[in-house]
Order: sequence, then C-alpha cells, then structure tokens
Amino acid sequence: MNKPTDKSGFFAALEDSPSADTFLRGLWKDNPVFVQVLGMCPVLAVTNTSMNALAMGLATAFVLLMSNVLVSSLRHFIPKQVRIASYILIIATFVTITDYAIMAISVELHKSLGAFISLIVVNCLILSRAEAFASKNTVGQSMLDALGMGVGFTFALLCLGVVREVLGSGSVFGFGLFPDGFQNWIVMILPAGGFFTLAIWLLLFNILKQKRATT
Amino acid sequence: MSETMTIAPEQKAATGNSNKMLFAMVGIGLMCALLIVLTYEGTKPIIAKNKAEALEQAIFKVLPGTVTTAGYYWGGNAFSPLKGTEAEGQRVYAGFSESGTLTGFALPAVGLGYAGEIRVLYGYDPAQEALVGFYVLENKETPGLGDKIEKDPAFLANFEALSVAVAADGNSLKNEITYAKSGEKQNAWEVDGITGATISSKAVTEALSTSTAEWVPRLYEAKERFNPQTQSHE
Repeated sequence: MNKPTDKSGFFAALEDSPSADTFLRGLWKDNPVFVQVLGMCPVLAVTNTSMNALAMGLATAFVLLMSNVLVSSLRHFIPKQVRIASYILIIATFVTITDYAIMAISVELHKSLGAFISLIVVNCLILSRAEAFASKNTVGQSMLDALGMGVGFTFALLCLGVVREVLGSGSVFGFGLFPDGFQNWIVMILPAGGFFTLAIWLLLFNILKQKRATT
Repeated sequence: MSETMTIAPEQKAATGNSNKMLFAMVGIGLMCALLIVLTYEGTKPIIAKNKAEALEQAIFKVLPGTVTTAGYYWGGNAFSPLKGTEAEGQRVYAGFSESGTLTGFALPAVGLGYAGEIRVLYGYDPAQEALVGFYVLENKETPGLGDKIEKDPAFLANFEALSVAVAADGNSLKNEITYAKSGEKQNAWEVDGITGATISSKAVTEALSTSTAEWVPRLYEAKERFNPQTQSHE
C-alpha cells in the first residue's frame, strides 16, 4: 500500500481514519490531474499565470463541492435512468452561479479566465465524482471527497501556474521576481508551455510513485 | 385474456416510473432555476457597478487630466445625456478637468482581430484635433504576439497624438487613420504597426479609422455644447 513519504504521527493517525483517507486520496494518492489525468482542458489552458490557476482551481473545487453535496443528498430521489441528466443540471447550475460570483468579485479576473469558467460544466472530474462517489455515499463522505479532489485539483493547477508564470513572465502572482530584467520564455505562457510543464510534473509524480512502490 | 393480465401491471409500473422521472427532473430543474435567479439578482448590482468602474478607469486613462465624466449618445442629429439603455456603438463619454473644461471624448470601437473581436476605448481631444489615449478593453489575441497591442510601448506611442483633423467641409476627416508597417510611419495620421502582430495592429487601426471617420466630425462640430452644466450625474 502506498503511504505518504512523511510518516510522522500526524499522517499515520490520519491514515487510520476512513474519513481522512477519503480526503487524502483526492489530494495525493488519486490526484485528479497528476494521477487520474482528468480535466486536462483547464489544466492546460488557464495555468499561464498563478492567479488564473488559483481562481480556476477554487472555482472548480466550489462547483465540485456543491454538486457532490446535492447529488449525494438527492441520491435516493433521482431515478437511475435520468441520473446523468440530473447531475449535469445540478453541475451547470453551480457553474452559472460561480460565473456570476467571479464577475462580481473582479471583472479583470473574469476577463482573463474567459470561456473556461463556463467550460467547468464539461470538466469530467466533476461528473466522475458525482457518478462514482457522491451517488453511492453519504453527504458527509461526499463532502470530504469533493474537498480532497478540489484541493488536489487546485494544488495541481498551482503547480503548473507557478512554474509557467515564473518562466514565462518572470513573476509570481503578478510580483516581479527578477528586478534586473529577465528574458521571458514566451513559449511557457503559450499552449505549448502548458504541455511541457504538465509532462515534467507527470514525470516527477511517476518517479515518486515508482520509488515508493519499490521501497 | 392471460395476455392482458400480464401486460397491465407492467404498463402500470412503467407509467409510475416515468412519473417519478418526470417529478425528479422537474423538481431539480425548478430548484436549479431558483438558485440561478437568486444569484443573478444578488450579484447584478455589484456586477454593474464593477463594469461601470472598469469603464470609468479606462476613460481616465485615455483622457489625461480628466476628473469627471458624463455619458452621451447620438440620437441621429444631436447628443443627449445617456439613459443607460443605448447600444454601445452609439455612446460617447465626455471628460472634464477639475476646472470644468472639456478634456475630450472617450469612445469605444470594435475591430476583428486574429482570434475574435478586439474592443478598445480611445480618447479624442477636439482642441488638439488628435487622438490622445488608447486602451484595450477586451481582446482574445495570442499571448506574447497579438496581445502586444496592449503593452508594446512603441505601438502605444502612436496614440499620444494621432492626427484626426476635420476637413474644410466639416463632414469628413482630412486624412483618415491608415496603417503603416512597423518603422515606416511618415505622417501624423498613420499608425505604426507591430512586427509579429500585423493582423492585431491592423484590426485596431481599422477599428479606429472607421469609428473616427464617423464620430470625429460630429463631435468637433458639437464640442462647444458640452460643458459640465449639462452633464448627467449618475
């Protein structure tokens, strides 16, 4: 069985509790981006700056949490023939709500995320959690699962966003890192840079996984 | 006889089942609609305020020295204070300095770039008969290439004093704004393009050229009639 490399008392205690396991699975062992490789569209498209990555991750996590809670609490009420249609309806509702909320928080942020907010609807991560987990588990468990997966997704997006912004724009969250000037690698903020960065992170994750499997 | 006996209960079960499906879908649909309506109504005033603020900031950027702004629209033969329902293409924003003199007009313009519409706001100063400011409100151009229209200092320098003098007849421009290849600008009404962002910089030039040809003669003629007394307080 895979265990986190840090085997201090805190993690060991967490691993024994089933709720913590549900949470940690999304965060690390079954990370939606690095392990399941789900929802690649926003992962590649809106990670050109750290801020975009963070906002996208949080928006997705919010939709995931709310739809998981609702799907789970309605799981005895939704007939199985129309379950997918119902899930999509619920997910689309929360995406629309998120869209309005982001517009109310910052016009600038809404401008830079563009169409990708509406595209959260088709993020397979959210539908897969509704179908595979929320429809079969209690509200509490589904909430934990959504939190774990959401935080895991945000973490993965940030991993890409920070690397791409540092190399592509020479800054982190808009703060310049190199006062003496820095030759920006334009390719890193273009789509190609997204693929390069994702490939490197996947490579790192797989090396880590293999090491852990052999020890 | 036996046939009807076996079919009847199944049919009954089927209708019961579809009723259940119908109720579930309609119920979820209504609940979702209610949630969306509540969010929409709740965020509407904040969103409107944010957008107005963003536009006002842009007006201050394109009209140096402006402290108050007032919106107007062109009704076909005269300018009237903005009511808020007019199409964007008919709107014009007048800017006033602290002492109440007219600093110029801010106008939106739209061009078709490489990856969709480019929406810009430009400032026109009738005293100098020139464009004095330029700001990109919205664009989807390629980062690092087309989006240089937002940041390239040499390109933005074009709009510090781009000549749009009105011709003697008062109905057209002496020289419409035209595009010049990067580094080949010779006249005050030419826009120096960006190497590597030809389509985007051309689109901006065309948007400005079309919009100024229509609006500048009109605004130049009516410039005396804009003063802070007639401005609408929003």
